[in-house]
Amino acid sequence: MKDRLLQKLRTFSPDSILETNEFRGDLTVIVRKEDIVMIATFLRDDDDLSFDLIVDLCGVDMYRPEGRFEVVYHLYSLKNKSYVRLKVRVEEDHPVVDTVCSVWPGANWHERETFDMFGISFRGHPDLRRMYMPEEYEHFPLRKDFPLMGVPDSIPLPRK
Amino acid sequence: MSVRTIEETSKKSRILAALEDQDTNVVLDPLENEMILNMGPQHPATHGVLRLLVRLDGETVTGCVPELGYLHRGYEKIAENSTYHEFIPHTDRLDYLSPLANNVAYILAVEKLLDLKVPERAQYIRVLCCEMARIASHLVAAGTMAMDVGALTVLLWTFREREKLMDIYDVLTGARFTTSYTRIGGLQQDWTPRCTEMLNAFLAEFEKDLGEVEQLLYANRIFVDRCENVGYISREDVIAMGISGPILRGAGVPKDLRKDNPYLVYPEFDFDVITYTESDALARFYVRMEETKQSARILRQALDKMPGGPVQADNAKRVLPQKERTYTRMEELIHDFMLVNLGVDPPVGEVYQGIESSKGELGFYIISDGTANPWRMKIRSPSMVNLAAIPKMVMGGMISDIVVVIGSIDPVMGEADK
Repeated sequence: MKDRLLQKLRTFSPDSILETNEFRGDLTVIVRKEDIVMIATFLRDDDDLSFDLIVDLCGVDMYRPEGRFEVVYHLYSLKNKSYVRLKVRVEEDHPVVDTVCSVWPGANWHERETFDMFGISFRGHPDLRRMYMPEEYEHFPLRKDFPLMGVPDSIPLPRK
Repeated sequence: MSVRTIEETSKKSRILAALEDQDTNVVLDPLENEMILNMGPQHPATHGVLRLLVRLDGETVTGCVPELGYLHRGYEKIAENSTYHEFIPHTDRLDYLSPLANNVAYILAVEKLLDLKVPERAQYIRVLCCEMARIASHLVAAGTMAMDVGALTVLLWTFREREKLMDIYDVLTGARFTTSYTRIGGLQQDWTPRCTEMLNAFLAEFEKDLGEVEQLLYANRIFVDRCENVGYISREDVIAMGISGPILRGAGVPKDLRKDNPYLVYPEFDFDVITYTESDALARFYVRMEETKQSARILRQALDKMPGGPVQADNAKRVLPQKERTYTRMEELIHDFMLVNLGVDPPVGEVYQGIESSKGELGFYIISDGTANPWRMKIRSPSMVNLAAIPKMVMGGMISDIVVVIGSIDPVMGEADK
């Protein structure tokens, strides 16, 4: 299954695949950021692969100079009963990725959560608001430079 | 059937849209039927701190926006700053109706990362834990859903059954709710004959007691009429939204990770995946009731087949030693000290492990940088994903149906808000 998936992806768009690796049986495919919607649509619509469920979508702060953020997609195929993990790398100075809400509507809230926690915006998202934190909050809590104890005075408290 | 169908409402909203598009001065709402209602976060029917903003036309729902985050505790941030063992107690507080299943889900992800083989007896006990948690959680779901539509007796009966399971948790783990029972490579303590006795006593009565609930509800006009055709969502929408658990199976998709991507020793048990095709609140209720029976089947088989042997893997550098040995032996004392203070040493890599919890697919995605703390941990919580379907389910229904829909989704906000 994994070989077939990789082979199909390589014939579909060889330039989009930057890197692949396998660890403990989990296949990870790192995709060029610009092509994520195209790859996602292909994976969903291909009759053989048919990754029709989006299990999870999350951001990662790798805290490195090049490609600081990653957006990770976990997909599941009801037909083949198998998972695949897609990844895109996002630069710190321009943290924008195209939304996959048009491919899987279920990505909506996951992308909102990623925006809330990492400040990565999703171009074309229908309703990109914060998911958990208050709307007027200015920081992104899951970034590595956000302290565990929080930022003092970041949430206005009642005065005496 | 008194419920307004979906087609009627969408037809009406098309007319409204056409009126709004054209530059007319028609008063759209001359009788002031339209209103915005704020439901929650402290509303008893929202099962915790879920907040819904509902747009109403008379009593018909024309829009709904769920707001989450009132129970956000930042568990993913906490996980990045604690060792793999330290995070186990936090998993109790995710889905607080089935803490044992959360413990198992988390520890399976960590063991996948460490590539650790666990003795068979420990795996059987973990299956027992998962299935007891599923029964307890589904009993609460069934009871609260019946209570939301006015049948308080069912809640008392299902809580009485759940109480017996809580007593088993108490004997097995030392706590009724905050179990923190699993350890990397095994369990905190062994299953005891007293637990077998109590579980057998529970199983002997369970089907009969569940039968009483069924007698009370299945032929009950009020209950069936309140739930039938309410909260409908199409099979395509369920898949597109990425929903899992009883909602997905209630829509006719037989996805169950216990069968499809087996973990633990589930392939050794004989059980059925329950599916209904109606995809309404009643179908989800039936799925849960039937699943508890299947879980009871698994529990009986697991008790019969449970092998003897240790419940901790034999790996001194990664698995905590038995407590009595820690106090008497030097080597074990050193390992205990190192594991508690410095944590285990995982390889660099990333894993995702999901289990079929009572709410749906509960998954943990761990990125390890080789140190004792995870670099990133993402909790794939089924409640949050399932809640995203509320607007689709309540649209066009009556306002009183919202409580039925929430009950049929069975969200736990501790898990949805993380």
